[in-house]
Amino acid sequence: MADALLRVEGLKKSFDGTQVLRDLSFEVGHGEFVTLLGPSGCGKTTTLRIVAGLLAPDAGRVVLSGSDITDAPPEKRPLNTVFQNYALFPHMNVEKNISYGLRMRGMKKAEWRPKVEEMLRLVQLEGCEKRMPSQLSGGQCQRVAIARTLILQPELLLLDEPLGALDLKLRRQMQVELKDIQKRLGIAFVYITHDQEEALNMSDRIAVMRNGRFEQMGTPEQIYDHPATRFAAEFIGQTNLLECKVEAIDEDGMVLSYAGERIPARCAEFDAKVGDRVCLSLRTERLGFGPEKCGDCCLEGTLIDRRYAGGSMRATIRLRDGHEILAMCTSAERARGEVGQRVYLNWNPAEAPVVRAEEAEA
Amino acid sequence: MKRKKFGAKLYLALVLVLMYLPVLVVIVYSFNSNASRQPIPFTGFSLRNYAALFQDTRGLVASLKTSLILALMSVSASVVIGTLGAVGMVRRKLRLGGLMETVTVLPVMIPEIILAVAFMALFSAAGLRFGMGTLVLAHVTFCTPYIYLLVKGRLAGMDLNIEAAARDLGAGPAKAFLTVTLPLILPGVFSGAMLAFAMSLDDFVISFFVTGSNVTPLPLRIYSSVKAGVSLQVNALCTLMLLFVFVVAGVALLRPGKKNKEVFK
Repeated sequence: MADALLRVEGLKKSFDGTQVLRDLSFEVGHGEFVTLLGPSGCGKTTTLRIVAGLLAPDAGRVVLSGSDITDAPPEKRPLNTVFQNYALFPHMNVEKNISYGLRMRGMKKAEWRPKVEEMLRLVQLEGCEKRMPSQLSGGQCQRVAIARTLILQPELLLLDEPLGALDLKLRRQMQVELKDIQKRLGIAFVYITHDQEEALNMSDRIAVMRNGRFEQMGTPEQIYDHPATRFAAEFIGQTNLLECKVEAIDEDGMVLSYAGERIPARCAEFDAKVGDRVCLSLRTERLGFGPEKCGDCCLEGTLIDRRYAGGSMRATIRLRDGHEILAMCTSAERARGEVGQRVYLNWNPAEAPVVRAEEAEA
Repeated sequence: MKRKKFGAKLYLALVLVLMYLPVLVVIVYSFNSNASRQPIPFTGFSLRNYAALFQDTRGLVASLKTSLILALMSVSASVVIGTLGAVGMVRRKLRLGGLMETVTVLPVMIPEIILAVAFMALFSAAGLRFGMGTLVLAHVTFCTPYIYLLVKGRLAGMDLNIEAAARDLGAGPAKAFLTVTLPLILPGVFSGAMLAFAMSLDDFVISFFVTGSNVTPLPLRIYSSVKAGVSLQVNALCTLMLLFVFVVAGVALLRPGKKNKEVFK
């Protein structure tokens, strides 16, 4: 991306001798929705605070629209942030909160008033101008926090777990609304979350982060169907990892062995060699089982539990070596068998990616 | 059950009476018409003590003015030092932060008499002329911790991202402090200032050691006045000051205190 909106190069940051960011680089295009996804403590918030100018990196550059802003103070950066827990000004009403940025630019009330009204319409908070933040619900606070930044018409918005404090239903609704606003206004979002479902739903691209590094960066489909590492495979979606040995490789795929069984698999996306230890990722929802063998991909085991989980069947199968596999089957045909019975697991090899067995050295 | 309640009420009444009886005596005797050197007993209602007070035959009002000026100057300086100190301490994690904080609030814990002697020794070693200057220096020292502690308490419950949000929305450091942080810590600044003001106004020990011959704060004046023979003018002055305190406290209690409570989780 030659004309990237935001370019972050080689960010490094340590706190008290602990490395939080290790040489992090990424780019965000105009109007793109990029999510930083990772467990807590992986450096997501640190990255965001450095881009916002609230923290200084130990090394690296932040370039926005072609100009280096690494040393610019936060108030001089043409981007805005939606903070975790909203960080509304508790002593100002909704109108004053939303107009704060404009007032800091010296705008008169007659000028900012109509813009505030427009923002209130955008986030569906008409009639709440005079309320104090303490009189608002979590969802309403979130809308004010977003309106307060959007009124400044930034090209880039940073969002730090903006929906983290909301309940599931409201969260889903806000996901849709946020995505809609983002598309409508054409603003680039850098969005932080530890919720993989949120990331998959909303993002154009996802960066999976761990220990201050990116494990993988790509579209939701790439991340889900072609995980680059064992961590990426495990962190996103529910999966069963089987440690296998590579027996043979050809152009169409390879053959793995697991506990004496030969399993056909698709080609690995790294240079695997015969004899390597690799992991086969079997997504829970892409597994089926039945009392008879079907296809080449089948592992034998015992059905030890099956429960109705509304809309799907949640089954546990114990393989012969004691390893337990979880399957979430959406249709009855894919989940045939009684508890205690011998069953064969089946899946489509094209849907089961192979990843490196060893964790990337942290 | 009923007897238990009665016992509790009796206890409460007893405590209140013991607390406020001396104050009541002071008020009642301020209206005594007895003009002898030992103005006991109460001989009749009169306002002559108030009249004498306003003619200021014993210099009580002049000393009250001295004390008020002293308190005002000391508290003003302490408010600036204490507030900036608290804000800086919370924001920066200094390596010696804990030690510095202990040193800052230590004057509250050191017995007054030790501070007093220390101030006197220091000021005379430095060759300062004893008077208002030395008084203010000493009072600032023991007033600052109150403001520091109360502002810091206020800041501790505040989301640090609130000021970051102000910066992010385009406010420079000074503007962000003035429009966001200061209004939020103001109640702490105010209550610290009130406490410090009261401490300064009634300080006797330290003022006694560091004042000069020409400056006499109220507590010292009352003390020397009582030595020269009990004067009911003191009672009259105390009654007026009590009236002032009760009015201020009453207003503070009746004011609907709704704002800013929600900042703290």
